[in-house]
Amino acid sequence: MVEKKKSGYWLTHLGLILGVLFIFFPVWLTFVASTVTQDAIIYPPLPMLPGTEFFENYANALFKGSPEGYGAKVPVIKMMMNSAIMAIGITVGKIIISLLSAFAFVYFRFPFRNLCFWLIFITLMLPVEVRIVPTYEVVANLNLLNSYTGLIFPLIASATATFLFRQFFMTIPDEMVEAARMDGCSPMRFFFDILVPISKTNIAALFVILFIFGWNQYLWPLLMTTDPDMRTIVMAIDSMIPTGDDYAHWPTVMATAMLAMVPPVIVVISMQKFFVKGLLESDK
Amino acid sequence: MEKRVFFKGWWLPALLVAPQLLISFVFFFYPSGQAIWNSLFLPDPFGLKTEFVGLDNFRFLLSDPYYLASFKTTIIFSTAVSVSSMALGLYLAALADRLIKGAGVYQTLLIWPYAIAPAIAGVLWLFMFNGNIGLASYYLKALGYEWNHTLKGDQAMFLVILASSWGRISYNFLFFLAGLQAIPKSIIEAAAIDGASFWKRFGTIVIPLLSPITFFLLVVNIVYAFFDTFGVIHTITSGGPEQSTTILVYKLFSDGFVSQDLGSSAAQSVILLVLVGILTVIQFKYIERKVHY
Repeated sequence: MVEKKKSGYWLTHLGLILGVLFIFFPVWLTFVASTVTQDAIIYPPLPMLPGTEFFENYANALFKGSPEGYGAKVPVIKMMMNSAIMAIGITVGKIIISLLSAFAFVYFRFPFRNLCFWLIFITLMLPVEVRIVPTYEVVANLNLLNSYTGLIFPLIASATATFLFRQFFMTIPDEMVEAARMDGCSPMRFFFDILVPISKTNIAALFVILFIFGWNQYLWPLLMTTDPDMRTIVMAIDSMIPTGDDYAHWPTVMATAMLAMVPPVIVVISMQKFFVKGLLESDK
Repeated sequence: MEKRVFFKGWWLPALLVAPQLLISFVFFFYPSGQAIWNSLFLPDPFGLKTEFVGLDNFRFLLSDPYYLASFKTTIIFSTAVSVSSMALGLYLAALADRLIKGAGVYQTLLIWPYAIAPAIAGVLWLFMFNGNIGLASYYLKALGYEWNHTLKGDQAMFLVILASSWGRISYNFLFFLAGLQAIPKSIIEAAAIDGASFWKRFGTIVIPLLSPITFFLLVVNIVYAFFDTFGVIHTITSGGPEQSTTILVYKLFSDGFVSQDLGSSAAQSVILLVLVGILTVIQFKYIERKVHY
């Protein structure tokens, strides 16, 4: 670098550390609140260091739900399962249909190819929130309310992944197909034995992005699920926050918030390389 | 760009695109068409029959003070969220870019909030600012400042902006850092040898070179503030007090599902559809430019 002044170096670190503290602080408070007793929370200020109730609170949240107050007695473990099923369903579904259609667009010439491409292309970036009311009616008419299918499929309808795979397939040298065809390789064989394996990094990158997208869905599950057994953890947290004169068992609520954060954060940190690649290349 | 070598046959590719086309039709084109169609009709109060009213729903909406207020709220909210989260993201990225060692560590420490759902971010900040038990409101009270975002609209707005920007810093940080690291060090060094100070270099070299990425981020952040922040607003304020934090997508939700006003909510969908369409076109102009560098 250009400058070598000692003070500038420390100021740089100081600035970054302040940024990191600002990012961490709300999560730290939540963690502290999830390890103390109800009394420590309702008589502020909240202590800055974790308490002793960690196991008690998390065990309560996971298997029993809040002992008292608003939204009590709903265990979180089932919601986490639902979230995981929804997130993985969206991720896997989107990756599969996008790989298939990108393969068709790049490696085939067929009637209405351009039309099909544009039809899929238009779905890019238009969020489900915009067409939420009619989509809800479609799903209700198909009798898919309160089902995993209804949670997953409407969120698969988006072209980002198709677009990304198409871009990637374009960069693969033509000699690869030529050689494969010369050896008498069928299209599907080419797809499974060559295309999918060399797309591994892209698949991993998309996996991280789509898993977070799926896990963090809020409005759609909120509308879709009336059956308590089908709720996801991110949407269910809203029903635990008291409004008006209700009160909540805060340690359990905050433990639930932590549990809602942990899986996607683990995915991001453990697959950081792919996450950065996926984010920079795909956005969404 | 097209491949010169390809496979023959038409039924196999048709089969391959079928799943995506089917899903797009059922869950995208049909509902979007339905929204456009419904926006031209007005159901009677009992939902027994609907009457064709042409553009009346739009005319009504655009003269409805609540809807116009929601437009204004959305503009203030999305500008504030985009600008503050981008400014902080750029600031942290510029600092991290100055480090020879350790930039990776800070990257790890700064990017994980991307994984936190907006609704959960809302819960975290709500807990801090809760009128009875929140730490922030406790200390504000000790300083003599009365905090009550359930009654005061400007405080509610501040809180939803804070919670929405907080979760967004990591995204902007990552893009700005990638942009900064792509700037050749030789240009910066040449300017430094010519005697340009850090701020001079930042203003005349770095900022102009970052402008495409800044523009891209601006569009993406506006789209985020328009739609993805629904969770933040729903958990913290539910659009209140007195609709002071009701952004367009929240109004669409409350009119469509809470008040069941189908004609109006369909017209609102169409307006949002057009807005997103415009933003998408703008973004594609950018992507095209990026591809053709």
